[in-house]
Amino acid sequence: MLNRERRRVVGSEQVGPYTLLRVDQGGLEPGIPGQFFMLEPPGRLLPRPMSLCIAPRRELGFLFEPIGPGTRALASLGRGDELGVFGPLGNGFRLDVRRPLLVGGGIGVAPFPYLSDRLGRPPSLLGFRSGFHAEAAELVPNAEVVVEPMLVTEALPGGYDVLACGPEPMLEALRALAPHAQLAWEAPMACGYGACYGCVVELGGRYKRLCVEGPVLAA
Amino acid sequence: MLLNASGCLDALTAPDVARSFDAFVTKTVTPEPREGNEPVRIAETDHGMLNSIGLQNPGVDTFCSEVLPQLQALGLPIWVSIGGFSAAEYAVCAASLNGHDEVVAVEINLSCPNVDEAPESAAEIVAACRAATGLPLYAKLSPHLPDIAEAGRAVETAGADGLSLVNTLRGLVFDERTLEPRLARRIGGYSGPALKPVALAAVYACRRATSLPIVGMGGVWSGRDAAELIAAGASAVALGTVLFTDPDAPARIRQELQAFAPVQSVPIPATHKNAAYQLN
Repeated sequence: MLNRERRRVVGSEQVGPYTLLRVDQGGLEPGIPGQFFMLEPPGRLLPRPMSLCIAPRRELGFLFEPIGPGTRALASLGRGDELGVFGPLGNGFRLDVRRPLLVGGGIGVAPFPYLSDRLGRPPSLLGFRSGFHAEAAELVPNAEVVVEPMLVTEALPGGYDVLACGPEPMLEALRALAPHAQLAWEAPMACGYGACYGCVVELGGRYKRLCVEGPVLAA
Repeated sequence: MLLNASGCLDALTAPDVARSFDAFVTKTVTPEPREGNEPVRIAETDHGMLNSIGLQNPGVDTFCSEVLPQLQALGLPIWVSIGGFSAAEYAVCAASLNGHDEVVAVEINLSCPNVDEAPESAAEIVAACRAATGLPLYAKLSPHLPDIAEAGRAVETAGADGLSLVNTLRGLVFDERTLEPRLARRIGGYSGPALKPVALAAVYACRRATSLPIVGMGGVWSGRDAAELIAAGASAVALGTVLFTDPDAPARIRQELQAFAPVQSVPIPATHKNAAYQLN
């Protein structure tokens, strides 16, 4: 069953260059960390896929960087405004891991506060472009932060079950370093429920829909 | 009658959405499997969106043996959209559908903007399909045709039973920061609200030029949009891009259409197994 509701914004805060948009939960489930929701920006044609960042009582919170017309429209929403929210969608992280380590880059840290909460606050290793961007690390417990030119892959300890989300080059590098990692990918997406075939990624030589097969995939 | 536009819904990942239509139209199938185009495949514009999917599909044999039985289990009448790179390839697909009772019509995709076109004319492709199957054939035409009414007449003469109007327009979108094309293949099919007047003009022209029933599509976002297509001459309406932004659109648009009961529609012949959509 598809769960799509009009929800009301209960708060919108700046976290470094990012926006944390909180909406009332209504009848929507928070889902499994790493699953995503389609948020409908006012005045734009297509919804935008966002993983759940925080799930405080009766709220759903989403962290994003306002860099395009859709995310800017979402960032312009204030307390009391309404928007369409559709989800949770896709496949999230497997939580049956023994020694979890969350590895994130930039806005890829978005699903980690909720994931960390569900995994009992495991250690995390987060990389950012600048100190300003690194303010988002405050949302993630037990975070070790590296800032460019240092990369998370240079600071990666061995012996952990890696759960990662971040830019494609970071995920590709992790694929080689941690072959059993769970990687959350991102792609431009129109529908979020398998209809458009827009969000494909190459998996084993085939194009698979990230919204149906992912966004979290085995390395 | 309300249909989904081909390539805008997967009944297997969203069966509830599919069941909100009167019939399900499949994504285009070709004789051989196709991986489709390299991503990035979609881009939003100010008044619509571009897609460059490139007919990703498992090939008609796998479609018939693996996908069709799953679609049949949904209990919906099925229209199969077929494609190819020659008239003979289209005919292979059309022939493969013979004997599948759940398939009630074939839509011939003559107008995908994201792949190379067959060398033959639309009429030659329709004629080849006509020779291959007795199933009702709907020719899906491009809004780029200089004279879509003439094309409608030609496919009618070649044996088409109906028209699907229209496919997307070719478009290009640049990234606002880099000024690079957003799509990997650069040019894509433009759809969404901006397409509606183009669709209305095509339906209007073909309604006057042929006696074929027409499935109208292009930028339908509301019951009013659907009513306009019917007023222009469509017998049925298909929803495309709106499904990406609103999976609840079929029920909503049906509801909104009730307000336009006086609009006259020409029913699709009952031999096509689907009762014509009644407006009241």
